[in-house]
Amino acid sequence: MKDIFYIAIKAIMLNKVRSFLTMLGVIIGVSSVVLLTAIGNGLSAYVTSEFDALGANTLYIYPGELFGEGGTINAESSATSLTNSKLSLTDLRELKRLREHVKEVAPLMLQSGNASYQNDKISATIIGSTPNIETAINIPAERGQFFSDSDLEGSKRVIVLGYKIADELFGKIDPIGKKIKLGDTSFTVAGVVEQKGGSFGGPGFDTYIYMPYTTFSNVYDNDTIVRILVKTTDTEHGEEHKKAIEDLMLKRLKDDEFTVVDQSELLSSINQILGVLTAALGGIASISLVVGGIGIMNIMLVSVTERTKEIGLRKALGATPNMILLQFLIEAAVLSLIGGMIGVGLAYLGTLAIQSFVPAKVTMEAIALAFGVSTVVGLIFGAAPARRAAQLSPIEALRYE
Amino acid sequence: MLLQLENVSKHYHLGDTVIRALDQVNFFVAAGEFVAIMGASGSGKSTFLQVASMLATPTHGKVLLNGKDVTTYNEVERARLRNKEIGFIFQQFNLLARTSALDNVSLPLIYAKVSDSERRKRSEEMLKKVGLGDRMNNTPAQLSGGQQQRVAVARALINDPLIVFADEPTGNLDTKSGDDIKELLTNLHKEGRTIIMVTHEEDVAKIAQRLVVFRDGKIVSDQSHGTKKQRSSRKNNKS
Repeated sequence: MKDIFYIAIKAIMLNKVRSFLTMLGVIIGVSSVVLLTAIGNGLSAYVTSEFDALGANTLYIYPGELFGEGGTINAESSATSLTNSKLSLTDLRELKRLREHVKEVAPLMLQSGNASYQNDKISATIIGSTPNIETAINIPAERGQFFSDSDLEGSKRVIVLGYKIADELFGKIDPIGKKIKLGDTSFTVAGVVEQKGGSFGGPGFDTYIYMPYTTFSNVYDNDTIVRILVKTTDTEHGEEHKKAIEDLMLKRLKDDEFTVVDQSELLSSINQILGVLTAALGGIASISLVVGGIGIMNIMLVSVTERTKEIGLRKALGATPNMILLQFLIEAAVLSLIGGMIGVGLAYLGTLAIQSFVPAKVTMEAIALAFGVSTVVGLIFGAAPARRAAQLSPIEALRYE
Repeated sequence: MLLQLENVSKHYHLGDTVIRALDQVNFFVAAGEFVAIMGASGSGKSTFLQVASMLATPTHGKVLLNGKDVTTYNEVERARLRNKEIGFIFQQFNLLARTSALDNVSLPLIYAKVSDSERRKRSEEMLKKVGLGDRMNNTPAQLSGGQQQRVAVARALINDPLIVFADEPTGNLDTKSGDDIKELLTNLHKEGRTIIMVTHEEDVAKIAQRLVVFRDGKIVSDQSHGTKKQRSSRKNNKS
């Protein structure tokens, strides 16, 4: 067995360029499978950590029916329900009274617009809320301070900037106390939120501008609450809290006019989507692994034909059909396995390279799977050529020119 | 008898016609004999060699090695038998390219599952014996034709076989190298080896002590040197 292994390795080494080209298919296949699953896993880990940062005792109340059949996110209805939101400030007041269950409540009103300071302009997402949103979604003011309850009561024109907004409009200038314009209205900057990053190129915490919801309603003539954020009193009785909140909401709204979502539900929905996405991408990438396997089969068939005489000689000198079979199987499996190793290495380098843009994580499972799959690919696609070699008649093979 | 063929026939089908490559051949070799096989091409001498060396199985008849009927053996058993009891010398040498003389000689030992160190030791001894002690690490491309055939002879002897089969061993060599191989074979015979050699060159056949001539799949002449006139062999030796 050891000697046959040695013979197989030697055959690979004798044809280095061809061996490498044969491996290339497997290399590409394995590296793309590992890389894509790494991105999927990384995204999932990232989302989970972001949710954890918000705290496990956070619930959101969405307008309309967020979840369709079987817990999938109902994109269409959630989009239309944003504009027809039935959530109101009354709900907010009522929720605050549920002291047993509810610790904090914050509404979210949403508007997109442009922020300008002198000649600089940047598009931003404007959020109207209450001061407690600072602690509720963990966006502490890094400079200055968050707007206060008195700002809220007085509908003062004060705002808190996301990190990126402050950075782009003011650069090195201290923005606190400066006046910037949102549309035609001037606001005083009260604070800047610390950098949060995230959201992969789309709008994120760093491009948000926060203001009191009272100010928001006045300025934009819009008091649609698109979301209510609820911090419950503890994490242990999550189901009880959710039930109490739902019962309260049902007093004024119909079943399909609101949805109470806790973190784990949202997280599992997102992870479900990411999982499907990862599996689909991995599946597409594994097609190239199959193509790589066919490449191995092709070269092994050529190799068997080319080495017909060698096979005949080995048989004449006492190699049994199984020994020949093993020799070519090992050759194919080793080719594929080395290809797999290089593929995993490339995928690892790839994840390092893209890590600054996309969170990616190569898991041990992915590596083990890649090795397993590439070996199996080698064995499956090496089987036909190896069988052919094993069944050659020594006389015919020796006579072959 | 060391090797015995009893009523051996080998038929090939070529379309509708049946080719009788061997037709009820009876033959035996005693231990220590050196037999030359001659005959025109298509006379059946190559088929005889294949059947006698267990590379091919006969259509009819029996092949007995040391009294045991080997025609009943399956492929694996025949492979083991060839490995242990048969040595092959081919016209084309059939060495593995880009493989050292030493590794070429030890090839049959791999299939005999002999250990690494033992293989090396025995192969070195055998290469020294054929006069290539200083060429062990050379590949076939770095050796002359005569040297390559010596490597092949060393490989044929490495498992200490009962019989050595040589198929036109000098056919691809110049006169000088051919003479070397002839001398090597003669010496092997003197040591007591049993050799069966196919050749079409009369002067090569002369080094054997016995000459068997094939025609149309049958043995038409079987003589030991000096005992009878070589009438038949001259007649059948035009190829």
